[in-house]
Amino acid sequence: MKENGKIPHIKSVETRHLEERESLFRGLKQLDRRTFLRVSTGAAAAAAAAGVSNHLHSFLPVNVAYADGAGGGSKGFTFAYISDSHLYVKKTNERFVRQLLRAVDDINRLDPQPDFVLYGGDLAQLGRREELDLGAQILRSIKAPVRMMVGEHDWYFDMGERWNALFGSQTYSFDHKGIHFVVLMSVVEKDFWSARGMSPAERMRTVAGLDNAVQSAFEVGAPQREWLRKDLEKVPTSTPLIVFSHSPLYKLYRPWNFWTDDAEEVQAILQRFDRVTVLHGHTHQVLTNRIGNIQFHGMLSTAWPWPYAPQGLPALTVQMNRPNPFDSNDGLGDGSVAVHPDGLVDKLYNLWNRNPMQVRAGYLSSGGKSDIPVAPTLASY
Amino acid sequence: MKNLRPLAPILLSSLLAGTADSQTTLSQQSPAAPAAGSKTVKLCDNKTTVEVPNDAPKTRAEGQKISDALMAQWREANPKSNWEQAEVEAHQVVRPSDNSKLIGTGQSATYGVVTPQDVQVWQNETYKVALYGSTVFHSGDELGSEIAVSCDMCHPRAANTHPESYPKFQPQLGRVALLRDMINWCIEHPVRGKVLGPDDPKMRALEAYIIAQRKGVPLDYGKR
Repeated sequence: MKENGKIPHIKSVETRHLEERESLFRGLKQLDRRTFLRVSTGAAAAAAAAGVSNHLHSFLPVNVAYADGAGGGSKGFTFAYISDSHLYVKKTNERFVRQLLRAVDDINRLDPQPDFVLYGGDLAQLGRREELDLGAQILRSIKAPVRMMVGEHDWYFDMGERWNALFGSQTYSFDHKGIHFVVLMSVVEKDFWSARGMSPAERMRTVAGLDNAVQSAFEVGAPQREWLRKDLEKVPTSTPLIVFSHSPLYKLYRPWNFWTDDAEEVQAILQRFDRVTVLHGHTHQVLTNRIGNIQFHGMLSTAWPWPYAPQGLPALTVQMNRPNPFDSNDGLGDGSVAVHPDGLVDKLYNLWNRNPMQVRAGYLSSGGKSDIPVAPTLASY
Repeated sequence: MKNLRPLAPILLSSLLAGTADSQTTLSQQSPAAPAAGSKTVKLCDNKTTVEVPNDAPKTRAEGQKISDALMAQWREANPKSNWEQAEVEAHQVVRPSDNSKLIGTGQSATYGVVTPQDVQVWQNETYKVALYGSTVFHSGDELGSEIAVSCDMCHPRAANTHPESYPKFQPQLGRVALLRDMINWCIEHPVRGKVLGPDDPKMRALEAYIIAQRKGVPLDYGKR
């Protein structure tokens, strides 16, 4: 234990637990199914012996997913996500900057590296050029390629001018390993500002208030729906589809814009495909839904957690534990998405300072009958 | 003059056709003397003025123009004059209990018979405190935040503030916490603002707003 004759370096129970867990994760990704089962059983026993049995439920299933995916060969892949960082300039608020840096470190430490990283929108808090520039600078240190999505906080100061200059178009699609990916700008608002004579800063502040009722409902809008229809025309229905939208592409709770006003129209365009997954930001929480063939997953924020909406929560959502206000990073995090060879996904929520939560494709496909995530001890009030 | 008369009681305290007294006051207040061939029209705040040419047509439309010009100036000088209505519109604060069924009742003892005015005053005064609380809740500046953070960033419409669950033992504080203790904890830590005294008008208003938003939820002190 002695290091250079000085006081021995003592690691806390938490540090040791996290280290063990991380090395376990790393190792498991390279295993075949049979070895995996042997190792995981051993790890479970070791963990139980170390007195962390209450954690088993939340971290074992995460690895099983890898085993399932790996069992069919190496056709599956993963991508990671960071979302909703809400950056102010550094001199205004360093905490949000540190938290985004923490997520970037998380992603850069993933081994193997994800195929790409999705940024889920709301990089800036008030859409200022300095905020977006700072965000772009931080995201440049991500090792894997980054795919950008826009959020309302990035847009309503200069109506996307700076964001577009930094990151290109807000609506686009691409193909990756047999999956067709679509990125939408789902936070289009009807003009509420002109009639009120608002300045760009006032318009931005209004949109930045989640519970501000002066603003309009989010929508994808007719021009983008038309673009989507055209984009998907040449894609066969058997091709798995993964759609990124900042707001959930369904109607959850209008007062907080956990909502897309033309959700039904967009869903109608997606319905003809066999397997569709929608990943959205904006809600800053573990959020799960399924409508027909479309599976929906939320993303965590790196800035602050939102409470669950008082109404409209999808029946399939297993809530994450209520965030602890005494822990400034609780309820926050980043995550990754394991894409199976069939195109369906297991969604990992990497909650900081807690065990990760995984929502598996099987949970949604079975309508909530199997692979049920662990229920929270303290749900929303 | 005849056409301007309907506006006079609302907006115009004096038209400068009047007495020597008002002449003197005006020339003291105006940086420049009225241009020849025009008169100065003053708003009822006794400050805001506009110049109106003597030969302006004496029609209702012209009168409206004068009053609009005066009110526009006044609104610019008093941007927060409309704060209650703006707060209702933006944040939809829950209204207090409707006591109108008490109107006309009473034993003519301590309170006499309850009048519609009583009910209106109770409603308005109570609501105003909750509305003020909402402005503080939604403003990093009002909270004195050094990092531009406000309560609504984690608690839209005061969600998950659960005032009904206090007082309760808060292990992180090592004591029983009241709602105001948690408000102050949040102001000090996540918000990085200035801690409020228990009787600070902002603290009273924040409590009022948070409780208003949970109207109808049964009290359940100690609930985790």
